[in-house]
Amino acid sequence: MRSRGPRSLLALLALLAAPAAAATGPAAKGAPAPAADAPAKAEKAGGAPAEDLIQAEKPPFSEGIFPCSQCHQGPGDSKRRELAFHDDVQSTFDHDSEHRWCLDCHMNASRDVLHLANGDAVPFTESYRLCGQCHGDKYRDWRVGVHGKRVGMWNGQKTYYLCVNCHNPHSPRFKPLKPEPRPTRPEEMKR
Amino acid sequence: MSPPKGLLPVLNGAEEAGPGHSRRAFLQMALGGAAVAALGACGVEDLLRKHLHELSKEELQALLARLEKKYSAQYGKKVSVAANAALPGVEFGYGLDLSRCIGCRRCVYACVRENNTSRKNPQIQWIRVLEMDKEHGVDLQHANPYYEAELVPRPGHFYMPVQCQQCRNPPCVKVCPVKATWKEPDGIVVIDYDWCIGCRCCTAACPYGARKFNWAEPDLSAEEMNPVTHYLGNRPRPRGVVEKCTFCIQRSRVGRYPACVEICPVGARKFGDLRDPQSEIRRVMETKRVFVFKEDLATEPQFYYFYAT
Repeated sequence: MRSRGPRSLLALLALLAAPAAAATGPAAKGAPAPAADAPAKAEKAGGAPAEDLIQAEKPPFSEGIFPCSQCHQGPGDSKRRELAFHDDVQSTFDHDSEHRWCLDCHMNASRDVLHLANGDAVPFTESYRLCGQCHGDKYRDWRVGVHGKRVGMWNGQKTYYLCVNCHNPHSPRFKPLKPEPRPTRPEEMKR
Repeated sequence: MSPPKGLLPVLNGAEEAGPGHSRRAFLQMALGGAAVAALGACGVEDLLRKHLHELSKEELQALLARLEKKYSAQYGKKVSVAANAALPGVEFGYGLDLSRCIGCRRCVYACVRENNTSRKNPQIQWIRVLEMDKEHGVDLQHANPYYEAELVPRPGHFYMPVQCQQCRNPPCVKVCPVKATWKEPDGIVVIDYDWCIGCRCCTAACPYGARKFNWAEPDLSAEEMNPVTHYLGNRPRPRGVVEKCTFCIQRSRVGRYPACVEICPVGARKFGDLRDPQSEIRRVMETKRVFVFKEDLATEPQFYYFYAT
């Protein structure tokens, strides 16, 4: 008697899990079921903006730096100046650095969030709204998947990347990369 | 002179057996006995089988099962060989943003790993990245696929990866003498490696250099072999057949992005359904400057180059 309790519970769980697994569909499984595999048009249609589908990567904070309120409590001096801390950012800062500094994007009153030009707070997970204020063309492209990268399903769930997952917000220009090896020339191949 | 009906297998619905059919049937009978003895269990059915399009469901399943068994034994791991058909109502389109590509060749090697292409001797890569001079624009006279650099992009250059363009009017398909290659309903041009006779007419006909020939036994180690395969895609190829990009048919037909799309560090590669107005590729086509490579040849590619900026 006692052993049947957990087993029936398992069976119940399996029953509950089955439709859930079917709903996540092809995304979760490698093996395709041809009939059930039709593109998830219904989900995508309805004119929902791409933003609704976002499962963005986490913002790339340096180790131990967040939440900023660990050190910053309440507003600080809002005058632009050299800081004694955050050398790593100051030394590489290259984002219209002539005209801008920390508090143009980071909120003085609460450092755990960013702020828009109009003063509205923006969490780090929605930093694209901040970037989009100046880079509106890129923002529009990004929202529909033309700018930036997505991985996952072309017809379903995909992972989107925040601007800052690819661009360092303090130095956004892409850095050159070491290329992979060139192909072998025909004459170099063994016969 | 025609053989009496009933003695030779004829195609369903065919009124009479053409010369081709009688010859195949003759060969089947003449060779069948000898081959069975010579080859044992492996390969006889595959040598004498019908064209993929003529196989019944059961015959196809049996064929896939045989291949799975063969590859699993060969590579010492569980290998799956799928043959899922095109998704209904889908037409694939691919976009490549030339204003973003930096020529890092990450796509080339992601493709190699995903698609089980031969690694060293012979080396087979389905994507070839051309380095071009900015002052000349897209000009094959000044294209170099063998560039080497500490860092890319090199000043004064831009990069143009080229792979199968999945033409709507594919010259390679037209010239194949045995119908070993054809265009699928979703637009992917595929090859049946077991039907290919290795004549390389298609390789010569392709204006994009997209088709590669296995001059020797492919060099693919068991550890590096990707066991999730498709019959018309990344399953291991024998020596002496032609292969090429299939938009990662084993991935795209189950809804996944091709491997080159996911690896690209600058997001230059876009993929989706041309018939879906919301798809990324449609947005590209509607809002960006788009061109197809060698448009004057009227191959009508399903692969589009564009400039996002």
